[in-house]
Amino acid sequence: MSTIGAITEQAIELAQSAELAQEVEAEDAQSVAAAEGAGLAYGLAAIGPGIGIGYLVGQAVQAMARQPESAGQVQTTMFLGIAFTEALALLGFVVFIMLKFV
Amino acid sequence: MLTGLEGPSPAYQVALDMLKRGVIAGPILVAIGAAIWGGPGAGAVAYALGLVLVNFWLSAAIIAATSRISLALLMGGVMFGFLLRLGLIFLAVWLVRDVGWVDMLALGIAIIVTHLGLLAWELKYVSASLAYPGLKPSKPAKSAKEAATL
Repeated sequence: MSTIGAITEQAIELAQSAELAQEVEAEDAQSVAAAEGAGLAYGLAAIGPGIGIGYLVGQAVQAMARQPESAGQVQTTMFLGIAFTEALALLGFVVFIMLKFV
Repeated sequence: MLTGLEGPSPAYQVALDMLKRGVIAGPILVAIGAAIWGGPGAGAVAYALGLVLVNFWLSAAIIAATSRISLALLMGGVMFGFLLRLGLIFLAVWLVRDVGWVDMLALGIAIIVTHLGLLAWELKYVSASLAYPGLKPSKPAKSAKEAATL
């Protein structure tokens, strides 16, 4: 009788630990998915502004080289353009923060 | 193409002006953050404002320093500066991820709002003319008629 009781207890413990393992696995999978999503959001969001800034600065340098007298004006516009383009990367970064930390 | 630019950098001038406006708007933004999210919200808004201002200043400093040397270096400086600044923002946010006085949701929203808000505000004071390549002159220039009577 005591042997059957012990086996039953063991079986219950095993079932409980299996449930616990499943819960932990589900939590792990969720955190892995969140980390992957966050990384993708940040990485993809940085590509567009990277291309945009490259194009913007390339054109600005060309303008400054062609007309050095307007270099100050071009530089101001370039700085503001870079800042606006960078806002897109920051949006992706904020999505990253939401997925990873909130 | 490889020649650098001489004289004061208008980008640096604009960035310093944004810094000044950020300091002026700072207490109001922190108060708004505190009203919406409480203490951690105020901390997050203050931190985000500091981060955005340092980001602008660093961007302008890189443009000013590299454009004095050469235009080719300016291109490289801006591209690697972009990567560097994104990394620095990530590091700055990573450092406060578990700190109690910073609300992460408020931090994310505040970064975007302060960045775009300061830029939009600064656009009012930027002069895109050859005579004043950086900021508009603080006093309005006298009209030709007024100047002739003097």
